[in-house]
Amino acid sequence: MRDFLRSYPTEARLLVVLVALCAGLGIASDQFLTLGNFASLLNNNSVNVIWAVGLLVVLIAGGIDISFAVAASVVQYVCVYAFAALGGGNWAIGFLVAGGLGIGLGFVNAALIYGFRIISIVITIATFNAFFGLLMFLTKGRFLYDMPEWWVDRILVFERQMADGSWVELTLPVAVMAGCVAATWALVNHTTTGRQLYAFGDNPEGAKRAGVNIAAMQFIAFGWMGMMAGIGGLMQVNIVKEVVPNALIGRELDVLAAVVLGGARLGGGRGSVLGCVLGVALVAITQNGLNLLGVSPYAFKMIVGATILIAISTSNMALVPRRSGKGQHHA
Amino acid sequence: MRDLIEAYRKTFGTEVAALLGFLLVVLVVFGLTAPRFLSSANFGSMAFQLPELGLLTLAMLAPIISGGLNLAVIYTANMAGLTLAWVLLQFGGVDAGPGAFLLGVAAALAVGATAGAIMGLVIAYIGAHPILVSLAMMIFLRGLGEFLTRGGDISGFPTFLAPIGHGSVLGVPVPMLIFLAAAAIWHVVLSRTRHGFSVYMIGSNIRAAEYSGIHTKRTLTLIYTLSGMLCAVAGILMLTRFNSVRVGHGEALLLITVLACFLGGVDPFGGFGKVVPVVLALMILQVLSSGLNLLGANQHLSTAVWGLFLIGVMVLRWVGARLSQMRKRKEG
Repeated sequence: MRDFLRSYPTEARLLVVLVALCAGLGIASDQFLTLGNFASLLNNNSVNVIWAVGLLVVLIAGGIDISFAVAASVVQYVCVYAFAALGGGNWAIGFLVAGGLGIGLGFVNAALIYGFRIISIVITIATFNAFFGLLMFLTKGRFLYDMPEWWVDRILVFERQMADGSWVELTLPVAVMAGCVAATWALVNHTTTGRQLYAFGDNPEGAKRAGVNIAAMQFIAFGWMGMMAGIGGLMQVNIVKEVVPNALIGRELDVLAAVVLGGARLGGGRGSVLGCVLGVALVAITQNGLNLLGVSPYAFKMIVGATILIAISTSNMALVPRRSGKGQHHA
Repeated sequence: MRDLIEAYRKTFGTEVAALLGFLLVVLVVFGLTAPRFLSSANFGSMAFQLPELGLLTLAMLAPIISGGLNLAVIYTANMAGLTLAWVLLQFGGVDAGPGAFLLGVAAALAVGATAGAIMGLVIAYIGAHPILVSLAMMIFLRGLGEFLTRGGDISGFPTFLAPIGHGSVLGVPVPMLIFLAAAAIWHVVLSRTRHGFSVYMIGSNIRAAEYSGIHTKRTLTLIYTLSGMLCAVAGILMLTRFNSVRVGHGEALLLITVLACFLGGVDPFGGFGKVVPVVLALMILQVLSSGLNLLGANQHLSTAVWGLFLIGVMVLRWVGARLSQMRKRKEG
């Protein structure tokens, strides 16, 4: 426990805040601490978590990706036509095509970043505009509703009737989310590549001299992000049953805020899957709690923004003694 | 002669000649291909469209030079516009007098400055990353604005505001004059004042700046406060241009402002960047979008071209750096 607190200070603090928040909401609203509410939280946030763990890998490797939500939209749109061309497709083809397309778009970012030594924020802002502009231009902003049955069918991975007759259901995206979280956890914590990603993010030059393949790092990080973007896009269609080319734009910044809140450092070398999931959970639970307390939906974002601001202010305060130089100067 | 070139470089940076060349190329290409491109009507409309993005880009500039980013620019502008609208409505909306307008402008500037100051304080004194702080501020301001307006439009302003958004003085649109004035002031602040010097030093190496006696925390706070005030000017201009205020207006411009800064040769890591090349970059973006528009393309294609253009410029810069490196190696 003490080791956990020491090595994961942000995660530990976030966990404390979350537990307190849950306890408070549990007292204030009798619907909060129910299995049904928990299930709906999972169902509604699965796509965000899938994207968040993808973004985490890029952040660990010292990059940033602004383009992933737009990439997910591109994948969705291309998928509709690809599945039609492939005679309808099925889930296996779906994951392959969506994941593959996503990886391809991620590789575009990685190739530009590595090939021309351009910082990732510049490239992903450029590809964000290029992908989004081309998508909107070529599709003329048209919505698509004509999806294969298998894609939009509500698939339950868990269902149980409660004492009061209501059903608790977990849908396919939740299972996929669990898979993505587990895969990312395995990648960053239990592979050599994962350790190299941390090393590269923390000190690119040092990692290079230690023999880390820099090109591979960029392609793995952005490829992983792209794959998660594609899979998240696939799941989003399963949930909303339509493809709207500009529906996902703007989500990238919300996900980014949640991931950084979870302890991933902008600048690389730090971040964990647990923190990333907790970051998304804090935002989601705040919003869910406000909803259950009957607060006006218009006030949600305001309170979420204020929560993040307060969280940053307090979380970094406790970190001051840990930092060298500037921190000590004022401690 | 060498001194002259050196002086020119010091004032405008090395990017200006290349960007001027680009501007000339796109002007010639569209002049030849797009009908009515080289008409005064087209240049007039470009001059009316540019300032909004221009002011927001200037607001983004100083934070980037200092090694940060201000992602809250759009919603700070929206909130400032909302403040002005609220003050005007308190004084009777359409019937509000010039006094109410001046009061509203002061209040709007105060709101913009406050939003910026809060970000600056958190960034400076807590040491949180500017991207995260401004992102949180953006989410907060967007929420606050949507909460206050319920997502709707606010309109009904006095008619004497119209000339600010639509009038011209000696053939130059008033919004353009406001933008040029802001750009000139920004140029002087960044290149001739103590504060400007500190901004560059902080962007290059914040710790070295602190040890050299620069009050980094105060400078950082001031950077974001001024950025917020400039957003407020943009917000006021947007109100007069559209005669209405809606939270979320100009949302799509957020990343374009960052794109324009990078296009103008501002170093993404901070420390380097000048006003003049950024203004030129803005003009290139505007010419690209107006030219494509006249050729029958819509705004979305322009957005795509802007993105591809930035990639192209960055690649060219890489090639340029490579070539000069090779030349140096040969000489050495």
